[in-house]
Amino acid sequence: MASIRLAVPKTAQRDEIIELKALIQHEMESGFRRGSRGEVIPRDIITRFECRFEGELVFAADFHPAISANPLLTFHMRASSSGTLTFEWTDQNGETWRDIANLEVT
Amino acid sequence: MMMTRSGLLDRRQMLAGIGGGIAITATPLTAVAAQEDLDRARRELFGDRPIREGRVTVKLPPIAENGFSVPLNVTVDSPMLPEDYVKRVAILSPRNPLANVAQFHFTPQSGKAIVATRIRMSGTQAIQAVAEMNDGSLWSGSMETVVTLAACVVL
Repeated sequence: MASIRLAVPKTAQRDEIIELKALIQHEMESGFRRGSRGEVIPRDIITRFECRFEGELVFAADFHPAISANPLLTFHMRASSSGTLTFEWTDQNGETWRDIANLEVT
Repeated sequence: MMMTRSGLLDRRQMLAGIGGGIAITATPLTAVAAQEDLDRARRELFGDRPIREGRVTVKLPPIAENGFSVPLNVTVDSPMLPEDYVKRVAILSPRNPLANVAQFHFTPQSGKAIVATRIRMSGTQAIQAVAEMNDGSLWSGSMETVVTLAACVVL
């Protein structure tokens, strides 16, 4: 359902600080909007994002309804060694979406 | 004829008077309530610890044409080393229906305490960012943005 786009450099120098971007397609329905008949549209948002490198936490975010639809995050990481980055989003009901990217450190 | 005219005028004057009265009393009241919401959210996150101004830079466009998606960039001045790094940054809004916007968690492996995303803003306001360092100290910064199309009623 949700499509994910990542921007991760393929290679990096040792100890270089690289920029990472992660976007997920999601309505982020705030729960404050009303439909055409005045009924409240129920809240449906992603509440947690985590980026891990080889299992170790690099960056995380807690979202509230004020995060725009299709949340995009730009953050950084110190490239210490080659390995796998995991990006994981969790919604308010516990459903998760995950994608990975490989980084080669030269 | 004269009766109707003066009656209309009276009604107009009365309506103008009511409108003016509402405008004068309502504006400061909501502004105060909004600041209280933000302060309460901040206390829930950080307790009553002192917060100093500085080290945190909030970047927003000076004018946001669309309150549904406003680019936000927060930078905290920190070397991001195991002995000195930013643990978390909370984004707070005085005017949205919920004061909490987001919380970002950093580690020494983050390398830089910089984060960018897009937020919803229900009107012109100053967005505040509070950073907690690994030694427990708190720093804050803020920036005001004029929102022309608010995500207000329909956030």
